[in-house]
Amino acid sequence: MYREFILDHYRNPRNFGSLRGATNSASVYNSLCGDSIQIQLRLKDDKVLDARFSGESCAIARSSGSLLTEYIKGKSKKKLINLNKAFMIKLIGIEISPVRLKCLLLPLEALRKAL
Amino acid sequence: MLNVPKIKIAFPLVKNNPDLVYLDSAATSLKPKTVIDKLVEYYEEYGVNIKRGVYKLSERATQEYEQSRRLVAEFIGAQSKDEIVFTRSATESLNLVAYGFGRAGISESDEIVVSIAEHHSNFVPWQVLAGETGAFFKVIDITDEGYLDLDLKNLDEIITKKTKILALSYVSNVLGTVFPIKKISEAAKKINPSIIIVIDAAQAVPHLPVKVQELGCDFLAFSGHKMLGPTGVGILWGRRELLNAMFPFQYGGEMIQKVAIEGTTFASLPDKFEAGTPAIADAIALKNALSYLKQFGLKNIYEHERKLLAYAKKLLKEEFKNKITIYGPPSIQDKGGILSFSFGKIHPHDVAAVLDGEGVCVRAGHHCTMPLHRRLGVAATTRASFYLYNNTSDIDRLATGLQKILSVFK
Ligand SMILES: Cc1ncc(COP(=O)(O)O)c(C=O)c1O
Repeated sequence: MYREFILDHYRNPRNFGSLRGATNSASVYNSLCGDSIQIQLRLKDDKVLDARFSGESCAIARSSGSLLTEYIKGKSKKKLINLNKAFMIKLIGIEISPVRLKCLLLPLEALRKAL
Repeated sequence: MLNVPKIKIAFPLVKNNPDLVYLDSAATSLKPKTVIDKLVEYYEEYGVNIKRGVYKLSERATQEYEQSRRLVAEFIGAQSKDEIVFTRSATESLNLVAYGFGRAGISESDEIVVSIAEHHSNFVPWQVLAGETGAFFKVIDITDEGYLDLDLKNLDEIITKKTKILALSYVSNVLGTVFPIKKISEAAKKINPSIIIVIDAAQAVPHLPVKVQELGCDFLAFSGHKMLGPTGVGILWGRRELLNAMFPFQYGGEMIQKVAIEGTTFASLPDKFEAGTPAIADAIALKNALSYLKQFGLKNIYEHERKLLAYAKKLLKEEFKNKITIYGPPSIQDKGGILSFSFGKIHPHDVAAVLDGEGVCVRAGHHCTMPLHRRLGVAATTRASFYLYNNTSDIDRLATGLQKILSVFK
């Protein structure tokens, strides 16, 4: 599970921090472990111009947030609303156990809430 | 000294997973063959319903079930087997008291006191009861070392004449602290003789000698599955006069004396609290778990766990220095076999996942104690917990696994 690719995103998460001039934001919480993820977006004409995420979380949730925020930049709201579990599994590209699925999906949940 | 290699053989799961190191007994224990055999014996030889049957098989099942109750009573030093109620779990036992007792006698002018270290099952029912009745909900803090933040000489700062219920755990499932329940009970009853003391002994009865008469509490709850028994059966012990005065928890079959259109009268103890068909096989097989534990003696099991704890603390401190933060009292004299820790900045989920890859089972998360974790200033911890089938080589494997984590997350 902890391949170098994941660990790289964990150690150096892309788009980690807070965003100035955010238009949309949301915070979600994993009741299983107490982790939380915040996401901030800057939208213009229904397009994501910029995105940041933050929060205390495990390697899976953090890598997932890193990959997701990279992916969504420049994409339209219409497209992003349809992202699902299968997409996230493909995006992270590793086998995820059922318990850790919640960690993987946490950033997506935040994104949906923010949109 | 426990002969651990011999004990391990008695647990089929260990035999079937020879490389596995199980350090999650605080969540649930493994089951010895004798317990599993007893479950099968019930289903294969006399697997019928209890109480109602007049035929011999039903009598046999009833006898086995009631004998189990007798053994539980003996195990915790209860005066009578009628004071032992079989429930589904420690959680249900605690809810039974909150519902049955709370509805009978809590009002706006009362106080309910718990500690911040409680498992959610001994926190939320009381919080909700207080919310519904308007009673004042007081939460005892802990010290930074993991003791209850109270001074027995000045307990009246917390416990007053208005305190109806004091609900505390005997052993914390995260800090491992063994709280001085006997002394607290004595002091609390001196301040308020009519206070009701409810003890969550889910982490105590499996690991150390518990005698309810000596403890001075009024109710005691625990789970069979954490003490080598099957899942699905919990125990509530309560003082007879209190159980008699309480509302039943559920209504239906088995718990009645007479039902008529005009009204219903309820059965006497303990049937009053056992509506419907219980987990018969599980309750019966619990008996074998108790006998198995008794052959070693709870005192010896407790000593064994504390030795493991001392060994683990020393080893992990030596190997990982200030990378590891261990929660709970520094002195093992005040602890049971529970070791919760933070490991650098590495998330407990990641710690547990890498350890799993190394064949070591530990728990990661808030362990159903969110208020406590908030108090500790962390969202989650990693917990290793020990039982009679663990030995120092299991702990060596834990240390090796933690080394692996350092190399993965370097
Ligand atoms: C201290 C404590 N209380 C209560 C419980 C609840 O036990 P159960 O889940 O068997 O009802 C547990 C176990 O999870 C516990 O550790």
